[in-house]
Amino acid sequence: MPDNVFHIDFTIKMKEIYFDNSATTKPSQRVLDAVIRTMTEDYGNPSSMHRKGVEAEKYLKEARRTIAETLRVTDKEIFFTSGGTESNNWALTGAAGALKRRGNTILVTEMEHPSVSEPLRFLEKSGFCVKKIPVDSVGHPDEAALEAMLTEDVILVSAMYVNNEIGAVVPVDRIAASVHRHCPNALVHVDAVQAYGKYRIQPRKSGIDLMSVSGHKFHGPKGTGFLYVRNGVRILPLLYGGGQQGGMRSGTENVPGIAGLAAACREAYEQFEEKTGHMMELRDRLEAGLREMDGVVVHGGDAETRAPHIVHAAFTGIGSEVLLHTLEDRGIYVSAGSACSTHKRLASPTMTAIAAVKEEAVSSVRFSFSELNTEEEIDRTLEVLREVIPVLRRYRAH
Amino acid sequence: MFDTYLIKYGEIGIKGKNRHVFEDALAKQIRLALEKISGEFTVRHERGRVYVHCAGSWDESETVTALQHVFGIVGICPVHTYETADMDALKRDMLDYVEQEYAGTKATYKVKVRRVDKEFPGTSMEIAADLGEAVLNRFPDLTVDVHNPDILFDVEIRDTVYIYSKIIPGLGGMPVGTNGSAMLCLSGGIDSPVAGWMIAKRGVSLDAVYFHAPPYTSERAKEKVVDLARAVSKYAGPIRLHIVNFTDIQLAIYDTCPHEELTIIMRRYMMRIAEHFAEKRGNLGIVTGESIGQVASQTMQSLLTTNAAVSMPVYRPLIGFDKNEIVEIAEKIGTYETSILPYEDCCTIFVAKHPVTKPILSIIERSEAKLKGKIEELVDEAVRTTEIVRI
Repeated sequence: MPDNVFHIDFTIKMKEIYFDNSATTKPSQRVLDAVIRTMTEDYGNPSSMHRKGVEAEKYLKEARRTIAETLRVTDKEIFFTSGGTESNNWALTGAAGALKRRGNTILVTEMEHPSVSEPLRFLEKSGFCVKKIPVDSVGHPDEAALEAMLTEDVILVSAMYVNNEIGAVVPVDRIAASVHRHCPNALVHVDAVQAYGKYRIQPRKSGIDLMSVSGHKFHGPKGTGFLYVRNGVRILPLLYGGGQQGGMRSGTENVPGIAGLAAACREAYEQFEEKTGHMMELRDRLEAGLREMDGVVVHGGDAETRAPHIVHAAFTGIGSEVLLHTLEDRGIYVSAGSACSTHKRLASPTMTAIAAVKEEAVSSVRFSFSELNTEEEIDRTLEVLREVIPVLRRYRAH
Repeated sequence: MFDTYLIKYGEIGIKGKNRHVFEDALAKQIRLALEKISGEFTVRHERGRVYVHCAGSWDESETVTALQHVFGIVGICPVHTYETADMDALKRDMLDYVEQEYAGTKATYKVKVRRVDKEFPGTSMEIAADLGEAVLNRFPDLTVDVHNPDILFDVEIRDTVYIYSKIIPGLGGMPVGTNGSAMLCLSGGIDSPVAGWMIAKRGVSLDAVYFHAPPYTSERAKEKVVDLARAVSKYAGPIRLHIVNFTDIQLAIYDTCPHEELTIIMRRYMMRIAEHFAEKRGNLGIVTGESIGQVASQTMQSLLTTNAAVSMPVYRPLIGFDKNEIVEIAEKIGTYETSILPYEDCCTIFVAKHPVTKPILSIIERSEAKLKGKIEELVDEAVRTTEIVRI
């Protein structure tokens, strides 16, 4: 009989270790301040003609400018949305609708987020031809295969900058260049939800036409985000109504959310390299520790082609959920695969695409960091893992 | 004016001298059910009938739905009430009622009159004939058939006049609280909420016990069970849900006993803990959702072995049901959608590939004996740390 390893002593106030920053992040103080200010003082409707409206509109202009600066684009190219899912839905359906006379084929990598793959399934039903670009075991798309797929009929190519589950980084520049070379009429959409604030993305330089970003992945409020639409690119609106945002995205702007989002963007670009460097150190420290353990497989290829903030590992013989709850009992929050997959119990398409064996897919856990995490937290986590893994391996269904 | 429901009940009527006990319980359950919805309701029972008078901002379908959650009600009759003094007024009321409910309907009918207010002139038969004639003269599409009518108009002459002709079916059964209480073993599955519902249908109020096994089962699995208890309590009234942390007991069994006996031994400990709380709560039995042969732990041999762990009676209302029959009830009572949410429950996590399907009590007892000396403390600990949720 082991000592009561699962007995939680509630008398000790546990220090929480939050390693689920790819699911969401803790809003920063500056974000909170911006949200509160626009909810208590400057609560006007930006469309109102009076002073209250003008004040509120200033926040939008300011936010648009701030965000545009981080991407080195113009403020006319930024459209506020309710987050990653809306941005992805809008980009794909809006581009497909606008380009349907030029062609019928949409290309996408095999391992996309459901907010990309589901709208594409919808487009497929309404007559578009959606083809999947194969990915290898570390999550990188087969660029030769892509080249062969770039036929005249292609109107849109979508790729995920950083994969949300394993952190694989896709060479967006090379893909975009290849698309524009072979299909000058096609648009390139990039889902940058996990990448913004981790990479200094410059859409214009990279040949990106449409790019989705979500605010709550980098300390902004939930329900905020934007879509970058390159100047000159025409897509159909997703929401019709009062004509806000130049008629491209109707609906009274979420001023508090947008003010919070802008504060988060500004903050993300302060000491950018220090912060991403710190995350990378955390990642490498955790991985080094994990690699010393038996029966632990770290997913995703070389460190250079992987996001600084995501570690994805399989713990042979332990169910993802069991490990997750064990760590939770010790105040350590991680996710089983991708948080978005918890509604379905199936292994996600990403895991199916990259996992060598099925067991790896069901015993994987994702650790994701922000600059707020520390090396001590990594060490504490490794210590807990070393303690609980043997116990968890002992008890299993067989 | 349509503002009253006449509540018909079945078996209560034959309970002899205890009848008022059952009627009081029914009225109480009706009041409880109507407390949760908008409107002002007066529940009255007199001379073998229960009436619900509705006032304020009440909604017809919401009220009927609430009444359809009360055990003991066989039928719910929407009643029009009239302040009537004489025969002429009564005829007007009758025609008004038919106009409102059956204008343009082609059907046969019969009028039945009950003259409770003996001051009212005429006999029941005479009044019925007069009213029948009045209807016949006014509505050419309605014809009389006294043997096999499509519509039976019930007219009751009391201090006010009640006219009704429609019966909305109720749940049947007995009012909760008239047959003691029982401890329901609630898992997250489809069966146990249905079993609880069926026992409550016979007038038994419920408490419940759930065994969770963190970290092997998640907080969401526990939330799911709370939701299920809440769904059952819509019919069964307040439930005290005991949430027992079972992990250490389970691991001790895993460490000590043959793996293929794990599930059966585990279930015996669950029964013992359930019995402990049942005794504490004054329950008269334990309820489970078992059905013969559904899984390895529900064969006749397994049931005998689990049953032997406790001395309190164990009620298994689903024992002869097929899965699809259980699902049908679960859908009807609104627990199915929650039950099928995919969270692991503690019975399946360590399950052996080939668990014993025909356990022999003496062998199981011998395996269990190996736990002596350490298991008692773990059981005490589990009981001591049990969380109680009032639903």
